[in-house]
Amino acid sequence: MKHQTIVGLAPTLTANLTRPSRFLAALALGGGLLFGHSAAFAQDAGGVQQFKLANGLTVIVKPDHRAPTAAHMLWVRVGSMDEVDGTSGVAHVLEHMMFKGTKLLKPGDFSKQVAALGGRDNAFTGRDATGYHQQIPANKLEDVMRLEADRFANNQWVDDEFKREIEVVKEERRMRTEDSARALLAEAANAVTFTTSPYRRPVVGWMADIEALTPDDVRNFHHRWYVPGNAAVVITGDVEFDQVKRLAEKYYGVIAPGVMPVRKPRPEVEQVGERSLNFKAPASQAYVSLAFKVPKLEAEDLTSLTLNATTMTASGRDALALTVLSAVLDGYSGARLQRALEQGGADGSQRVADNAGAYSGLTGRGPQLFVLYGVPSEGKTTAQVASALRAQVALIAKDGVSDAELNRVKTQWVASQTYKLDSVFAQANELGANWINGFPLDADARTITQLRSITSAEVQAVAAKYFIDDHLTTATLLPQPLDPNRKPRVATAGMRH
Amino acid sequence: MNTNLKTMARSILLAGSASLFCHLSLAAIPIQHWTQANGAKVYLVESPAIAMLDVQIDFDAGSRRDPQAKAGLAGVSASIASKGVAATGKEPALDENALGEAWADLGAQFDSGAGNDRMSFSLRTLTEADLLSKAVDLAARQIGQSAFPDYVWQRDRQKIVASLKESYTKPATVARRAFSQAVYGSHPYGYEMTEATLSNITVADMRAFYAAGVQSCGARISLVGAVTKVQADAIATQLLSRLPTQDCASLTPRPKVPEIAALTQAEEKIIPFASAQAQVLLGQPGYKRNDSDFFPMLVGNYILGGGGFVSRLTTEVREKRGLVYGVGSYFMPGLHAGAFTVSLQTRPDQASEALAITRKVVADFVAQGPTPVELKAAKDNLIGGFALLLDSNQKLLGNVANIAWNDLPLTYLDNWTEQVAKVSTLDIKTAFAKKLQPEKMVTIILSGTP
Repeated sequence: MKHQTIVGLAPTLTANLTRPSRFLAALALGGGLLFGHSAAFAQDAGGVQQFKLANGLTVIVKPDHRAPTAAHMLWVRVGSMDEVDGTSGVAHVLEHMMFKGTKLLKPGDFSKQVAALGGRDNAFTGRDATGYHQQIPANKLEDVMRLEADRFANNQWVDDEFKREIEVVKEERRMRTEDSARALLAEAANAVTFTTSPYRRPVVGWMADIEALTPDDVRNFHHRWYVPGNAAVVITGDVEFDQVKRLAEKYYGVIAPGVMPVRKPRPEVEQVGERSLNFKAPASQAYVSLAFKVPKLEAEDLTSLTLNATTMTASGRDALALTVLSAVLDGYSGARLQRALEQGGADGSQRVADNAGAYSGLTGRGPQLFVLYGVPSEGKTTAQVASALRAQVALIAKDGVSDAELNRVKTQWVASQTYKLDSVFAQANELGANWINGFPLDADARTITQLRSITSAEVQAVAAKYFIDDHLTTATLLPQPLDPNRKPRVATAGMRH
Repeated sequence: MNTNLKTMARSILLAGSASLFCHLSLAAIPIQHWTQANGAKVYLVESPAIAMLDVQIDFDAGSRRDPQAKAGLAGVSASIASKGVAATGKEPALDENALGEAWADLGAQFDSGAGNDRMSFSLRTLTEADLLSKAVDLAARQIGQSAFPDYVWQRDRQKIVASLKESYTKPATVARRAFSQAVYGSHPYGYEMTEATLSNITVADMRAFYAAGVQSCGARISLVGAVTKVQADAIATQLLSRLPTQDCASLTPRPKVPEIAALTQAEEKIIPFASAQAQVLLGQPGYKRNDSDFFPMLVGNYILGGGGFVSRLTTEVREKRGLVYGVGSYFMPGLHAGAFTVSLQTRPDQASEALAITRKVVADFVAQGPTPVELKAAKDNLIGGFALLLDSNQKLLGNVANIAWNDLPLTYLDNWTEQVAKVSTLDIKTAFAKKLQPEKMVTIILSGTP
């Protein structure tokens, strides 16, 4: 189970037969092939182009003419990690209020107009970023650019709209978090894992903070963070670069530059001792997660490389080796954790878990974790699962991984590069995420070059180095019986930590 | 290894150069269709731009064919089928782990599962020649030479039972189960998989279930990707090559599954449950996929509760009153009349208010149909956004498989927007009045004490 880090405007219903592997999903880096973050314009054979408007807004374009559709995304480099105590959840509430009008539009008109264009729209808020997106017939690009630029600059609504929408957000929190034992556990674990990093707060916000939020908290947040220099527009699909450039200048280019927000660093203090948490919630199955603090891939790790370089900073190499480690443990059907914990050997005698997994946070604006987790099987305990999870890491620290395993996870990574070309929306998503992290647009190509050279010895070394008790937070779900007569939680009770 | 990596890297750079859909709005969607000697029906859309292939293979072996006492059989058969292949001739047996490694080594993905109507297998692979042939061969072994290992079933049954018990603690799944049973009654769509039905299932049952339903004669194979018709025909042949050979003409037809009985009266069920939100579900049996009112129902439901932010239900329950995060309505037309469902979640003390508004919205819509303004907005979205249904191989595959499974005309997608455009407000009102009786619906309210 991943920590829940994305909340959004509306639930999406998807049913899909093909389920990509956890590993492939975890490797969502950018899909582009270009150099970002200089004002200069650049281009290469991958067909991604990027430039900055005079007011500071970044525009990223990747033409793909397979179908007459386009994805248009606005990324703002602000998420829940930019909030402060007492107003947690404000980034997400603002995302909701962005649909409530401008000087020109009445509440709900934004979505009505996008629908009338034949488009679909939605939005999301994460720890690192807030995103707004429309999928549209390509010949409607100008209309959505006009609409999105308008609300980015001119979002406004009366307090009465806020009063209703804040109730919607509370329902969202009840649905996502309060009625899910594991989501509650993840939220509580997160608040114990991080001390000084703003990652310690839930993206959706604490219920008491949502209750206390005022319309002006939201307006102020918009005013402070939604400035052109803090945003990027990403457009993929059946579009031409010159056309996008002209339209971007026309609609986004007229927005006043505003004042770039100043960020405080707020790093996580070093963890110097094991932490653990027991959490009680109605459930049938117990659950345990072990989170270790690990390094991540920094922008400098990628920008300091030339494409064919074989060296990277030590911590960058470690971050990649940890990602390989997570894939060796849990990247494919029958990988080590499944075999050892869920199957329990050839005769099943060592079986301890009904489900076990691992993932590593390769990228993000804040501190990252390597997480091992498991659900004990009948008659087994969370302590046995935790011990079995750590034993698998220890085994790799002792013996390393085989060439076959190493090649396998590299093959998967490379294949995923081809598969992700299938969706222009997914490509826009990755280009935007890369920009949020400050990565060059060819982050994928650079990362793959590095990944190919990760050795068994490096995987072995990170397995020995990072899985120490002093950097561990163990969170355990203690299942409670259902009590049909229990009163539902009072919104403000028991939710603060 | 190196060769493969280079080939794949090259394919990335070449992507985007070819153009399948560039005149999508003007020209027909080029679906090629043929029936093979083994009885399988093949549907292909060539999509050369990206060096990859997606395949879906559907069989008449969905859960509607479960015996009631063995509810869950289709699903677990599909699952266990993919956890080991038997040895043949000089090919060794492969256990679940060998299979997992083999798929990962190919950079390919294979999946199996069962819905109400179909058992489905899906394959996503790169089309580099060596990888493609290995992937297709491995998929063929999984489909045709399943080992149905008993030790895997005994183990997985424990896992499924544990997750069933966990699901009984989750408000949404408890409410949905109650709804399904009330709407479908004794029809297989409403059968409930339990610890007891799982304990009745053996691997011999799986073999028998599989043998009866997973046959070349009834197979529908849909392919979208960078292959030619000649290649696709060979791939389709190979995928089924390890199933038993059959003479389709002499096969006994499969038994008919009865239709779902209409509800005769309203039913309201209140389930006490200590959750932060009440779960409210409202509905009744809907209509079959081959219903002649398909398009009026499709457009009508977009207006009622399927159209996201702009639907009547969202406007009334969420936007005007702030009662819910999510509210929506949908139909599940299949081989049988899948349920019409309205669902919402709200704070327990608001449940009766939200339900009353929802009931009124549904009843008004059935009685009066949409307004001309609503109809125009729906058509603008559905027709204008038609290309969004087809703008990736993955989405296209879903549409092709839909045509294949439901015996829709090959021109179905070409005529789709025209069919939507033809729908009138009266068509919708008439169709909804035939399909829905608001006074005979099932209501489930799962809620804590407000």
